[in-house]
Amino acid sequence: MKNILIIARKEVREGLRNRWVLATTLLLAALSLTLSFLGSAPTGNVGVNQLDVVIVSLSSLTIFLVPLIALLLSHDAIVGEMERGTMLLMLSYPVSRNQVILGKFVGHLAILAFATLFGYGAAAAALAATGTEIDPASWSSFVTMLCSSVLLGAVFIAIGYLVSASVRERSTAGGVAIGIWLFFVLIYDMALLGTLVASGGHALPNGLLDALLLLNPTDAYRMLNLGSGEASALSGLGGVAEHTGLNATLLVGALFGWIVLPLSLAAASFSRKEL
Amino acid sequence: MKPAVIVTGIAKRYGKVNAVRDVSFQLNEGEIVALVGHNGAGKTTIVKLLLGLIRPSEGSVEVLGEDPASGDFAVRQRLGYLPESVAFHMALTGRETLAFYARLKRIDTSSAPELLERVGLAAEAADRPVRTYSKGMRQRLGLAQALLGQPRVLLLDEPTSGLDPALRRRFYDLLDDLRSSGTTILLSSHALTELEDCADRVLILNEGVKIADGTIESLRRIAQLPTKISVTQTEGDTSLSRMTSCPAWTKTGSDTFETEVTMEDKISLLKEVTANPADVAALHVTEPTLDDLYAHFLNSRRAAQ
Repeated sequence: MKNILIIARKEVREGLRNRWVLATTLLLAALSLTLSFLGSAPTGNVGVNQLDVVIVSLSSLTIFLVPLIALLLSHDAIVGEMERGTMLLMLSYPVSRNQVILGKFVGHLAILAFATLFGYGAAAAALAATGTEIDPASWSSFVTMLCSSVLLGAVFIAIGYLVSASVRERSTAGGVAIGIWLFFVLIYDMALLGTLVASGGHALPNGLLDALLLLNPTDAYRMLNLGSGEASALSGLGGVAEHTGLNATLLVGALFGWIVLPLSLAAASFSRKEL
Repeated sequence: MKPAVIVTGIAKRYGKVNAVRDVSFQLNEGEIVALVGHNGAGKTTIVKLLLGLIRPSEGSVEVLGEDPASGDFAVRQRLGYLPESVAFHMALTGRETLAFYARLKRIDTSSAPELLERVGLAAEAADRPVRTYSKGMRQRLGLAQALLGQPRVLLLDEPTSGLDPALRRRFYDLLDDLRSSGTTILLSSHALTELEDCADRVLILNEGVKIADGTIESLRRIAQLPTKISVTQTEGDTSLSRMTSCPAWTKTGSDTFETEVTMEDKISLLKEVTANPADVAALHVTEPTLDDLYAHFLNSRRAAQ
């Protein structure tokens, strides 16, 4: 356990040193502030809670950006250290490979969580500071959005490690990571939409649609944040959500499954790697 | 002397490649052993096996009484390792790097400044990121991390590469200190002449097989390599041509002659040459170097195949 924290601490320090933490926090803060002020302009005063608008905008932003940041952080973690030779030295110390991978996970997750909390927090803080009235239900949705964004980041960090532990070269890892990002963020949903259209208005069997939504972590995230409460009406996803048997517990469970499975596969693949 | 490392009949295969075949040896406490062999002879594989980074396909490895590849790797707390062409995390400073490795070994980080001084890394350099370091400075930092926590067994892969002559000297002095405190040191290097003065024992590897193991003196005896003797005569003297015990003198200078002699005949020849001290202006005796021994063992192995 102590080894995991030692390695996590080193990752965070490296992240601070090479400006990863600063860059991602500023990026997320800048985008979320822009969205919350520009995005709220057209709604005017029609009784819609401003924070709910922000939640919808930020969730959509998260689906694109957080997986990308997570993959950028993680795809190099194992293959890069092996290629540079730092892994050899670290493993000659009394640490196991599982501790190395878990330590890196904790460290990278801390960086991403910091960036998300402070970047997105800036938007909420700005809204509150400008005197907008926000009801408690919106606050709780916002907190859900923050936590699930971190969770989505964790999913893609784990997927990035799996890529990093499975390939032989850093450049391959980069390419595969971009491919995975495109697949989950764009291609999967397009294909899903295409299927729904092709089915000619006949709803897919509910079980199948549920499964398809759970099989993509970004969709699970989308359903979790946009499928209920005020946000569902704003985003138009409420219609889908009503027809599925997915509840918050199931969606969060799916996201956790998406962390545990790739992470265990990454650990297994890493333990078989010859130094 | 107690053995610190016992290696019995190890083999390591990567796919179809035999990196190491049936190698056995012991390293005793307080002994400096040189691991010698050309590139790809299996030196690095053996070091990795001793660290437990890889498991042998056959045979067993015992370091300080434990299998290094099993359990929670506790034995590695008492090992120091310097990899060939050592690499560090570029963004961290030297001091942070050392502190990170000290924590992994559960050592108080207060020993770091003293270690940095010991390897000759200036305090101002220690607070710069490793990215800015020269090759020699990285090598020194590598040595410092290997020495963390006074290891009982030190495994050094090409430790002097990138060090200037003064630092090399300091490095070998350091090894002498460590040896006298009972540390076992396994050293692999291509700079054979340097090893000659410091190594108690030499292990020669070729294509994953151990082909020689012993002190340099004993290897010289086995190899039966001739000693080179060169004599410069005082002007006009031709006493060498009258000698019978070793007639094959070759002229290498105006008054300088050279010959090769076996170990047994060496003393008697020297006696004969120096019988009349006035005749000899200069005399050089060159024993076979580790380079010669290495070449000899490799060639005789090839001839046997």
